[in-house]
Order: sequence, then structure tokens, then C-alpha cells
Amino acid sequence: MQRFAALLDGLLLTPSRNGKLTLIADYLRETPDPDRGWALAALTGAVDFAPVKAGTVRGLMADRVDPVLWALSRDFVGDTAETASLLWPEPEPAPQGQPPTLGEVVTALTAATRANAPTLLASLLDRLDTAGRYALIKFATGALRIGISARLAKVAFAQAFAVSVDAVEEYWHGQSPPYTPLFNWATGAAPPPRTDLLPLFRPFMLAHPLENEVISLTEYVAEWKWDGIRVQLVHVNGVTRVYSRGGDEISASFPEIAGALPFPAVLDGELLVRGNQQGGEAGGAASFNALQQRLGRKTVSRALLTAAPAFVRLYDVLIDNGEDLREQPWTARRARLEALMPRLDPEQFDLSETIAAADMNALAEIRAGARDAAIEGVMLKRRESPYVAGRRTGLWYKWKREPLLIDCVLMYAQRGSGKRSSFYSDFTFGCWDGDPDAGAELLPVGKAYFGFTDEELKLLDRHVRQHTVAKYGPVRETDRSLVFEIAFDSVHVSKRHKSGLAMRFPRISRIRQDKPAHEADRIEALRALVT
Amino acid sequence: MGIRIVPADAWIDPSRAVDRALVTHGHADHARGGHGQIIATPATLAIMAVRYGVADGAVPASYNEPVALGGGVTATFLPAGHVLGSAQILLEYAGERVIVTGDYKRSPDPTCLPFAATPCDLFITEATFGLPVFRHPPIADEIARLLAARAANPERCVLVGAYALGKAQRVIAELRAAGWQEPIYLHGAMEAMCRLYVDQGVPLGDLRPAAGVPKPDLAGAIVVCPPSALNDRWSRRLPDPLTAMASGWMRVRQRARQRGVELPLVISDHADWDELTTTIAEVNPAETWVTHGREEALLRWCELHQRRARALALTGYEDEDD
Ligand SMILES: [Zn+2]
Ligand SMILES: [Zn+2]
Repeated sequence: MQRFAALLDGLLLTPSRNGKLTLIADYLRETPDPDRGWALAALTGAVDFAPVKAGTVRGLMADRVDPVLWALSRDFVGDTAETASLLWPEPEPAPQGQPPTLGEVVTALTAATRANAPTLLASLLDRLDTAGRYALIKFATGALRIGISARLAKVAFAQAFAVSVDAVEEYWHGQSPPYTPLFNWATGAAPPPRTDLLPLFRPFMLAHPLENEVISLTEYVAEWKWDGIRVQLVHVNGVTRVYSRGGDEISASFPEIAGALPFPAVLDGELLVRGNQQGGEAGGAASFNALQQRLGRKTVSRALLTAAPAFVRLYDVLIDNGEDLREQPWTARRARLEALMPRLDPEQFDLSETIAAADMNALAEIRAGARDAAIEGVMLKRRESPYVAGRRTGLWYKWKREPLLIDCVLMYAQRGSGKRSSFYSDFTFGCWDGDPDAGAELLPVGKAYFGFTDEELKLLDRHVRQHTVAKYGPVRETDRSLVFEIAFDSVHVSKRHKSGLAMRFPRISRIRQDKPAHEADRIEALRALVT
Repeated sequence: MGIRIVPADAWIDPSRAVDRALVTHGHADHARGGHGQIIATPATLAIMAVRYGVADGAVPASYNEPVALGGGVTATFLPAGHVLGSAQILLEYAGERVIVTGDYKRSPDPTCLPFAATPCDLFITEATFGLPVFRHPPIADEIARLLAARAANPERCVLVGAYALGKAQRVIAELRAAGWQEPIYLHGAMEAMCRLYVDQGVPLGDLRPAAGVPKPDLAGAIVVCPPSALNDRWSRRLPDPLTAMASGWMRVRQRARQRGVELPLVISDHADWDELTTTIAEVNPAETWVTHGREEALLRWCELHQRRARALALTGYEDEDD
């Protein structure tokens, strides 16, 4: 418990991602089973002891501390667990023996009932110091809230044992705390856990952006890059699951898809909604916005199913009837996928067509024509490539269409985090809502925190400090004198922004010190680019 | 704006310029410039001279030597254990004894004389850390954590934020006591006060300005700066500084987080909750007035222990010196 408490405090006070990764990795390497597994479960939010609630802790404190002193302390500290850890009366005489381990805590709390949970928790608290008590209460109430994502924890796990993150992702699914088989595999003590009998997510194969590589279309095949969400369909033992990019299950949001795969397979594709904004009638897909209303729902109404019917445009097959095809070349997998298509309902599935083009120049022309069709660009896949998890150079490329550009004015700046915490590096910029010479105002249209070099960052930081007109907590308002050329992928109508518009992927493409602020673009110019 | 001694027409720690002021110690929220006459300990007068220039009306008052203020009032300056020169002020008038603690602490401090617990009728106590969550650990433990963090990060430097008067010199003196004999580097704003401490007979070892030292030479070093410089542009000259902050507020995690501190050091020059309550019990006054901090909780404690107490609301005090 002491080691876990030190980990929590370290994570709380370490701003950088790398610092956090090192802390978690060191902990996982140095701590024995099952403690490290329980710590990992706590970090990823997988711990919950039903009989122990925040109310249990408040009840214990009510028996030990004057209610007025408790309330004043709780108000000042702002967190019940921390207040309790600081006010807990040290037992007299001092406890003998070792403080409890995480494993011991789990054994005790798993057996707890609503009736004896307070006594149990109190006897554990008596054996710990302040930091240990804080960690115990946070652990037992399942309310860590220290901003560690499950992904970060998995990356740290991979770093700790020098295994690949993709393998960790794959084997993680289907495991439960304290993840002993996972640690046994990572430390080389046992073979990897079996995954073929469970409806598990397999990490996606991802693409690199195409930069200056020379591509021959005899070696690579081209497909459209549709603007939906990447999904994986997994059917095992009569159960179908739909997974999104991070391996999150979204079957409940898309029942018509989950119900439409009738045979054992693992398929890869793009989830879209029927419409005609992407590639016209032939493309058959609505804009990303239309899909957005379907996301994040626990249940879907009949009306929404009819108004925004979803389908999957299939790219690839990873497993067919238990046979793992991932080692085979794309051409072989594509043939297997085409052979599966007649067994799938065309209402819910179609095949991602390949684009016929003689060479890259011809392809560039076809791609340029896709601008107003809301298609994101083109995918290039090496015909001989196996299906490998993650981003491997030379296999898949995404060739996005040219970004859209607009000139905006810097309005607000905020300090960044980690290495950039002493620099103003998060920028909010705006466009004019009319003629700036006739009293128009700037309305914020977006935020960007990348797209500049370290040298430019210093210049921007200096500009912000010298041109501040007001401060609101961590935010500085500038005198609105600096113009940015902002590159972005697309712009959509949004009720959440005052300007009524929201950009996708805005980044600072150039700092236009040469351009006066009144020559920046107006909102209308941005609105004309709405897809 | 301070405590007025009506029969003697004088003020204690007034926040505005007055004709006659008694000053408990040199922190800016207690010692303002511009008074006609200033009665304070010699060390406090020396500190005020560094901050405001030498004052014409300075009247030194040695510890434990009564000063007649006129109007039948006598004032005696007693050690408060807060910072160099800090004093409680004992006022005697018509057989009544009143003590104004100023800021004080009970834990040992190699840079100043220890607090002298003295019986009185009315005890006017500070309450900066007047909440039961505040329990300052032994300073040796905190210094050991600082040295361990330094040893674990040989390519970084440890940058300690500490108030320029009192906290900085105490941290330095405790580092020396723990065996750290390497040079300690100072932010420019620290230098004058450290020199004054040394002149007043508090040895601080090898101190050097951080300015102008090449970045690589500061790897593995300890640098002391005012808290405001911790995340400031000034710190960019240092090799990947590990930021530490020496303050009683560091007992609470969110406070440490808000300051962006990696290594919170719970080191305070004020009495913690246990020191505040045991001191009231020890001095055992007929009545206690609570001021300068979180009065409510300490009043509640007095109520629970059947002690007469009330809050004395004073304005113009800030925590320069936590
Ligand atoms: Zn004070
Ligand atoms: Zn003070």
C-alpha cells in the first residue's frame, strides 16, 4: 500500500506524460503480484467494492472528529478522502507489524458486507500513514480520478516489460484484475493468454500520412478514405461485437450492424450513415456530422434507426471462420473478403471499392475532384502487406486531400502543459463577423496548439507577453494584432460555438506577421467552406 | 489595520504609516515602512533597513527587557521562534498582562531563538494554520526527501521555492545540518537577506548567485528562489529543474498541484494545529483572541475546551510568510 501511495502522489504531481509513464512502469516492474495487478486495475478504473462508498468514510469520520472541525477542514481541502487521511487519529499505541498490502486490502474488502465494511476499513486505516490512508480510501471507493487513461496504463505496461503495446492491447481484453496471466506472459513466465475463443478486439492496422514517398500503383492499391469511424466486427460463438478505434465496444449504439453478421469472422471497415454527401449517390454515405448523432448512445430509437441508418464499408478480413488471415498478403485477404460479400446483407454492408488509376498523377486528379464530396482523401495499401497492428512504415499510407486554409487573428492564449508549461502555447483565434473597418468584432472560431516549431513557440510566447490586454486566471487576452494562417481539414455547423462553426483538425500553418489584423478573413469565408 | 494600544498611543504591526509602531517581525505584512517611531528587536530593525532603508525613528528593544511606552504601559519583546528577530510582545498595564504573539512556531529553528511560553491574562494568537488538517512533520524528514530527490535526479537541479525572509535561510541551515556542504545557488532576490543572516551570526555555508552559472554546472545542484520564480521565465536558465516548494500549505495535495510543484516540502515557520492548541493550554490565559488566519476552527476548539475566546478581525495581512 505504501508503494501504491507513493505512485499516486507521484502521478498527481508529475505533469509530463513521459514522467507518468516512467513512474507506472517502474512500479509495475518492482511490485509483486497480485498488488501490481490491483494497482493497474485501480488506475484504469476497474476496481469497485460495492459496500465501501464515500458515505462510509464520512460515517467513520463523524465518530472521530467534531462535526464543525470536519466541515471546516473538508471545505478547505476540497476532497473527502484527503481530509479524512489528514484528520484520521493516529492509533495509540502505534500499530505493530507491516502496513497492509494491496492484495490484503482486496481480500478484506471483497469479503466485506455493508454492515462490517466500516469496521474493516477503520482497522486498515489504523495501520497506515497519511499518504497510505489517502491511497486506501481512493482505492476502496474506486474514485482515483487522477487523469490516467487506460491507454496510458497499457503503454506503461508495455514499457515496463519491453513488449509491444499492440500485443498488450490484444491480450488485455478478456483479462480481469489482478491480470496475473498478463504479467506472466510479459515477464516471460508463460505463453500469452488465449484469445481465439472470445469476441475480442484486435488492434487495427493504421496508415502513415504520405509525404514524399514515391509510390507505384502496381505495388499499391488505392481506396477512398471515407470520413466515418473505423470499426471492427467480431463474431465468435454466436455473439457479435462492434469495436471502435480504441477497442471500445459500441454494439449498443449500432444494433442493426451488430445483428447483421451471421457467421464467425473478424472484419475491418468504416462505419457510415446512408446519404449522398460523400461521393454523391454512388458513394452512398452522409457526412461525418450525420454519423455523429448516432455515437455514444446506450439505446437507439426506431426513429433514429430509420432517419440515420448505419452501414459498414468493409476493407479487410482478419479472421474467417477461425482461420487467422493476418499473415497473408492484402491480395489474398481481399479475395476472401469478396467471397464473403454475397453472405452479407447489402443494407448493412458494402465493399470499399478500389480506385482504378494508371499512375499517381491520374490518382491525384481523381482525388482533387473529391474535395466537395466530403471524402477525406485516398488510402494506399501495399498489395503484398500482411495485416499488422499499428503504424508500420511502407505498408499503408493515407493521402489526405490538400488542407483548407484561412487567416485568423490571435485572441487568447493559455499556457501549455508539461515541457511547455512556462510558454503560452494554446491559442484561440477568431474571424471578423463583418467589415472590420466598419466596427466588426472578432468571434472565436477555433483553438490550436500545434503546427509551429520551437523557435516559433518562443516568438509566440514573447508576442503574448508583450501584447496582453487582460488576464483571466491562466488565460491571457491579447491585443488582437497577430494573424495566423490556419490549416484545417473541414468545417462544420456547430451549436456549441458562438460563431456557429467548428473546425476539424485546425493547426497553425504559418504566422503571418506581415499581415495586418483587419485583413484576416471574415466568418462568411469560413462558412462558405462548410461541408 | 493593526492592534492599537490606546493608553500609550501606539500600534502593533500597523498596516499603514503611524506615529509610533511596535513591530513583531520583518515580514512585509507586519513591518511596513514610513512610521514616525519604530520599536522592534535589533534584528528586525536590520531587516527593515534592508527593505525600506534606515529609518530615523528606530528604537531597538532587546529581548526580555521591558520598554516603558508611557501612559503606564510597559512592552517586553519575547522570542517567537518565527524568523530571525521575531518577537511576541508582552504588554503590562494596571496589573493586566496581554501577549500579542505576532507570527510564531514551536518547532526548532537554527536561525532564531525559540518561542518563550509566558503566562498572561489575554493571549492574542495568530492562526495561519488554524485547521486540524495542518500537522507539520519534523523538518529533518522533509530535508531528507529533498536530498533523496536530488540524488535520484543527477542530471537535473532541484529548485526550491522559499520565502526570501526566514524560510530560505532555515532551509539552507537545515541542509547544512543534514550534511549538504556543496555550494547552494541563490536567485538574486535572496542574496541581500541571506547576507544579513550571515552578518547577524547565522552561518549558511557556501552561497553563490545562480545568475551567470553555465547550465550544465547546475546539474545536481540545489537552487533557492522566491516562490514566484518557480515557474517563471527565470527558471528556464536551469537544467530541467525539479520544482520543490517549502510551505505549510504543501500538506494539501491540491495546493501543491495548483503551484505546479513536483516535490512539495511541508516546511512552515508558523505553528501547526497541535502547536496552536498546546500553546493556548500551556499559556493558559483567561481569554484568547484569535487573529491572522483561520479563526473559526481555533474558536471552535476553545469552545470545546471551555475556554473564553473571540475572533479579532484584522485586515491587511497576507501570507507572505507561510
Ligand atoms: Zn504574518
Ligand atoms: Zn511572519
